[in-house]
Amino acid sequence: MIVGNPNVGKTTLFNRLTGQNARVGNYPGVTVERRSGKVLHRGKQFEVVDVPGSYSLSARSAEEQIALQAILGLSGNPRPSLCVVVVDAGQLGRNLYFAVQLLELGAPVVVAVNMIDEVSDNPPDLRALSKLLEVPCVATDARRGRGKDALLDAIADGLAREPVARPRIAYPAALLSDLDAVRAELPEPFLETKRDPQALALWALTSIDPDDELEGIPDGLRKRVLGVREAANENGRDLDLEIVGSRYAFVDRHLPGLFARVIEAHPPKRRASERVDKLLLHPVFGFLAFVAVMLTVFQALFSWSEPAISLIEDGMAWLSGVVAATLPEGVLTDLIVQGVLGGVGNVVVFLPQIVLLFLFIGLLEDTGYMARVAFLMDRVMKSLGLHGRAFVPMLSGFACAVPAILATRTMERQKDRLLTMLVIPLMTCSARIPVYSLIIAALFPASASFGGVPVQAGLMVAMYLFAMLTTLAAAGILGRTVVRGRRIPLLLELPPYRVPSLPATLRMVRDRARVFLTEAGTVILGCTIVLWALLSFPKPPEHAREPAPTAEVAAAVAAPAPAAEAPVTPIEYSIGGRLGKAIEPLIAPLGFDWKLGIGIVGAFAAREVFVATMGLVFGLEDLDEEAVPLRERMKAERKPDGSPTYTPLAGLSLMVFFALSCQCMSTLAVVRRETRSWRWPAFMFAYMTVLAYVASLVVYQGGRLLGL
Amino acid sequence: MRLAELAVGTEASVTAVSGTGSFRRRLLELGILPGTRVEVIGVAPLGDPLELLVRGSSLSIRRAEAASVEVTPIEAASAAETAPLFDEARLGGEP
Repeated sequence: MIVGNPNVGKTTLFNRLTGQNARVGNYPGVTVERRSGKVLHRGKQFEVVDVPGSYSLSARSAEEQIALQAILGLSGNPRPSLCVVVVDAGQLGRNLYFAVQLLELGAPVVVAVNMIDEVSDNPPDLRALSKLLEVPCVATDARRGRGKDALLDAIADGLAREPVARPRIAYPAALLSDLDAVRAELPEPFLETKRDPQALALWALTSIDPDDELEGIPDGLRKRVLGVREAANENGRDLDLEIVGSRYAFVDRHLPGLFARVIEAHPPKRRASERVDKLLLHPVFGFLAFVAVMLTVFQALFSWSEPAISLIEDGMAWLSGVVAATLPEGVLTDLIVQGVLGGVGNVVVFLPQIVLLFLFIGLLEDTGYMARVAFLMDRVMKSLGLHGRAFVPMLSGFACAVPAILATRTMERQKDRLLTMLVIPLMTCSARIPVYSLIIAALFPASASFGGVPVQAGLMVAMYLFAMLTTLAAAGILGRTVVRGRRIPLLLELPPYRVPSLPATLRMVRDRARVFLTEAGTVILGCTIVLWALLSFPKPPEHAREPAPTAEVAAAVAAPAPAAEAPVTPIEYSIGGRLGKAIEPLIAPLGFDWKLGIGIVGAFAAREVFVATMGLVFGLEDLDEEAVPLRERMKAERKPDGSPTYTPLAGLSLMVFFALSCQCMSTLAVVRRETRSWRWPAFMFAYMTVLAYVASLVVYQGGRLLGL
Repeated sequence: MRLAELAVGTEASVTAVSGTGSFRRRLLELGILPGTRVEVIGVAPLGDPLELLVRGSSLSIRRAEAASVEVTPIEAASAAETAPLFDEARLGGEP
């Protein structure tokens, strides 16, 4: 089991040890990823688990509690036979604090002093450190793979021996008697771990609060801890300072002796980093650099992914064509072509953006710039109740919500992640563009202008602004209601700039892509098949199945026939079509007719499918990107009284509906995967649909009142 | 004087960490203890958060939270001396 502070190279070390054999799973009960892998060393096999980094074992939330539970083997975690605590050779002071906590527990420990290359000018004496902590200490440079064998040897040795000593921390006498009081209330599962009861009591004393969010803490223990704390307060004692201070006193007393020279406050590595920060965190240049980096990320998602996406789409179309031509015509072929192949296409099409985004995220994290993004944007994001690290996922939301939601992983706290996930789908993703284009082109004249601004272009910009404002408002409201949590003060570490490691980044990208394909992908595939069935069955009887030849469309455009005389299209006959009709009374107040209803039902597969679905509703197939015949058809559509069915006001209402509603099963599928429950995707769908309905209603009815 | 009031580039010695509960404990655990030397090495362009150097590690906290840390600036002359260690004797512990 690999534990330690954040940013010390635990994951890199884990990857080095396990090679290609890592598995990504979950800790029981929480949505925190658990990575594990098998190692074979000198004929012995053992399993390595990577534990999320933390500065201390003491915890106040279920998430922070994982470290202790994993180390003790509580709450469904297997009990580890040995812990490798990874420390940053350049920040031994703070890192040893964590190591001391672990050693106090009496668990078998090996210390990996990592990033040893960065302190080559004044390296710590590891033999002295081993002697001090009475555990093996091994120098490693995980990025270059150095020290791996020595570490594995130490692990193999450590597995064979029982730990003998604990660090002698000089706790005050009064605290020791407090600890005895707390010890008496430790629950059975804690004691069964055979770890040092005093260390467990220390953990309880520094973790249990009147308003903590810990799990599995018995009332007796809670009462005792709070009682002990209260009594100490009344005596003017400061328990936290006693505990933390005594541990740091131990570290401070011994640290200088580990180094040949006095540790500089600004070692060369940090000095170089500070110089870069002078520029990258500069009020002017810093923001220019920030904008440039973010534009690159955005451009990559938006444009660079395009050729790959087209290739996938063309490839799937070609494959569908081949299959359709090979297999006999029939329901089964339709299922394979439109349901299965279509579904696979719907999944794979996200890969280019996911790969690109995670490539960038990996590089930004590795270089240390991601922490700077959070540092630069904290002021802005804080006012929205969002974490500074939410910026990159939010920005990615303009391209596509699916990779953006996956990118929320860069945030540690589940509440930050959840809030960001819930608002990302409100950003104007690229799938909305074809819908807006169709509506704007069909219902608003190209020549019109409003206050000197061409209406068509102005509307597009207005939709983007509208979505942004709604997102900010939603973040503010949801952050204070649904995902309300105690505001957590920001604690951010700006690590020194480092050269990124491409293999590690590629490995992370591969893991992400694999998880998406296997877990979210299956849901998307399933939904595509269900939706295909809904829009295909039942088939209309033969006589009703009037083809809609081009000539007729031309005629219809020239002299629009009343809707009642239009031939029944297969889609209209299907369950989905009937559903569209059935919801007409519901959506009529928004200015939509049943045809738009079918379009909205179909768009659940993906927003841009709206265009193709509307084409099918009007009996038009194989629309190209411009969809000119569809535009003309929509423009020409008339109500029985001869007035246009789709007025510009209805168009605006429809765009507002698309801006706000969660018409995207893929988004819901990844939210389910990331939150491990159907509860949040269901909530997301509900809140966005209600929001969309109400906003469209206000737009349409308000517009009517204004006489539009 | 409060940590939030320190000018960029000045070093100071922590005299007290006020505030309550888990955040105060977290500050202590990150090594911001009475007697620890801290330096404000930067402020984000928008004025918040601050970037500190504590025990050889960079750490960013917001002004609001930095206000709970009481410090005494260290004069340039005495800054050359070694940082005072945490006072064990005051806690009454045995070495």
